[in-house]
Amino acid sequence: MSEQLSYLGVPLARPKVGFFELSSCEGCQLQLLNNEATLLDFLNLVEIVNFREGMSERADTYDIAFVEGSVTRKDEITRLTEIRRNAKILVALGSCACFGGVNQLKNRFRDLEWVKKEVYGDFPIETMEVHPLADFVQVDLSIFGCPIKKEEVERIVTDLVVGKTVRHPEYPVCMECKANENICLFELGEPCLGPVTRAGCDAWCPSNRRGCWGCRGPAETANLTELEKIMHTYGFDSETILDRLECFGGFASFADTLRPKNIAELSSLPAQTKLIPSGCKKVPARRKKP
Amino acid sequence: MKLSCEVNVHHLTRVEGHGNIQISIKNGVVKKAQWEVVETPRFFEAMLVGKHWENAPYICGRICGICSIGHTLASIRAVENAFGITPTTQTANLRLLLKHMETLQSHILHLYFLAAPDFLGAGSVLPLATTHPEVVQRALRLKLLANDACDIIGGRRLHPTRTVVGGFTMLPEKGELEKIRQRLLASVPDLLASAELFKTFAIPDFSRETEFVSLKGDTSYPFIGGGLVSTDGVVKKEDQYRAMTNEYCTQGFTSKLSKLSRRSFAVGALARLNNNFPLLHPTAREISEFLGLVPVNHNPYMGNVAQLVECVQVVLDSMRLIDTLLGSPWQEPRQQVQAKKGEGVGAVEVPRGILYHYYKFDTDGKVIKADCVIPTSQNHANILHDIEALAGQYAKTGKQDREIELLAEMLVRAYDPCISCSVH
Repeated sequence: MSEQLSYLGVPLARPKVGFFELSSCEGCQLQLLNNEATLLDFLNLVEIVNFREGMSERADTYDIAFVEGSVTRKDEITRLTEIRRNAKILVALGSCACFGGVNQLKNRFRDLEWVKKEVYGDFPIETMEVHPLADFVQVDLSIFGCPIKKEEVERIVTDLVVGKTVRHPEYPVCMECKANENICLFELGEPCLGPVTRAGCDAWCPSNRRGCWGCRGPAETANLTELEKIMHTYGFDSETILDRLECFGGFASFADTLRPKNIAELSSLPAQTKLIPSGCKKVPARRKKP
Repeated sequence: MKLSCEVNVHHLTRVEGHGNIQISIKNGVVKKAQWEVVETPRFFEAMLVGKHWENAPYICGRICGICSIGHTLASIRAVENAFGITPTTQTANLRLLLKHMETLQSHILHLYFLAAPDFLGAGSVLPLATTHPEVVQRALRLKLLANDACDIIGGRRLHPTRTVVGGFTMLPEKGELEKIRQRLLASVPDLLASAELFKTFAIPDFSRETEFVSLKGDTSYPFIGGGLVSTDGVVKKEDQYRAMTNEYCTQGFTSKLSKLSRRSFAVGALARLNNNFPLLHPTAREISEFLGLVPVNHNPYMGNVAQLVECVQVVLDSMRLIDTLLGSPWQEPRQQVQAKKGEGVGAVEVPRGILYHYYKFDTDGKVIKADCVIPTSQNHANILHDIEALAGQYAKTGKQDREIELLAEMLVRAYDPCISCSVH
């Protein structure tokens, strides 16, 4: 388990690694225990000092902190700030940490009190608007996906350990889907965000004949106006496009521009559940990128 | 003799989500015995309001990272029940097979990675890779098999891609199913070795009379849909789930809690087994008896053993399902879906117990109301009362703080709680 590793003849130090979770399904951490065939090798690459879901021992200093989940309560800001202070490198693990993930779907309601009442009635419960990690702390590296892809995490962690620059693909999922020789889902009548979503998942969903919902956020050159046109050409309405673009938070600002058109269509909802029209949404004070 | 004890576990480890245990014993009297759930809520039921029906399984599967397949299937069942869709036999068999493989994956993860370290005196599975390599390798083999099967049937082991309302987006290759069948057969010795291993574990001697709630099987051990039953004699239909769960909120829990005939009840592998023991495969039943588990068993620590028995059950039943699927040509993977106004309930036995999804749709098939009742939220009150009883049982025995702490931790882990799921 602890044999000395080396890269290009240079001995490698095993970085101390901690895994942490804020509001999430903890599925991304679970993914780390998947890929059983390479699990023991992967674990040998690092020294895990904090992994509450898997081990009892805990430590307060670590080189790399992987943080899963989004911020939805004030005490999570405190925990996140502490983790940031203890870590040399902070990695946002998965779509919730990177963009807010599915959790941020609750932000589309104007009235947070209604959201609380809908689930808990009159029982007092604390929550706030959902934020990605980068709204509060410096994030050094993002690992996209809902869920994250273990093979990609292995590659990224290996790059980190050997000191290589970590690069994400700039092109969209569409490229990987074509390389996999799939029939285009548009031709099969299925809406898909493959043309605009950042690659790196090897077209995981489209290869299973499931349209892409954009969990990895936008590719570097995403042309969203053109996507909207394509989707309309294939007969998909604005609501179908919005459902996908707003699902994980990666396309939040563009999704906001689609939203007003939908309010009228949602007339069956009680008045307080009206979706937030663009321009009215409170924009949180985003931390300036260093 | 030591008659006082202070246990304060903040964010219990080796469970999914965030919970705290506090026990205070003074001069042999329990002053405090508390199970707290401090997980942040995510408000899935509100998120869905106004969303088109096809969003429901996609979003709700993400309530849980471990039993995402179960959530997806419960959600699909609720939508199909609301729209009056009956899945084809092929779809039903594939879904059950997928469900079985999730059960196997989740139970093996819990038994070997989360529970076994306590019995082997380790803090995690990591040192076991050195001290008990054959145990870890066996766990990885079983987990890999289950995960590979989930990939082949559901498209992905976590947050499945192929499962949709009406069926599947695509079907597995028959050759792949054939290979899974061979691997399932080859896994039987690993399961028997697991039973031998768990036979050597000292299961704490603790028992508290409990009401157990689960699906009630008619002709087979139940996993997807059907009647609801409790060991206290309550019988309800699937769509009467609210009368079975009676959810309420209370201080100290960000999750809702449940009760039925008593102050609390339990769901999970032990509840399923207690209510459906005669429906187990004869081999699974034999292993259950070998491990000293015969219904009705009221020792919550036996939840671990019940999970192991279910591993045998799902492996044997999966081979039967694959034989059936391979015995006829593939039909259409997916039926047409016609949305309509109405409401539907989907009850599915996920690894940690019975799960309910409920949706009400308007005429356009948009969600007006959503409700999800999670197994672990149904268990929380029972865990609390178990901890109270456990503290009472050991208050006058002079045990060290660390011993009582470990017993309490193991008790909570035996429920395999999915706390983030319970506070969805």
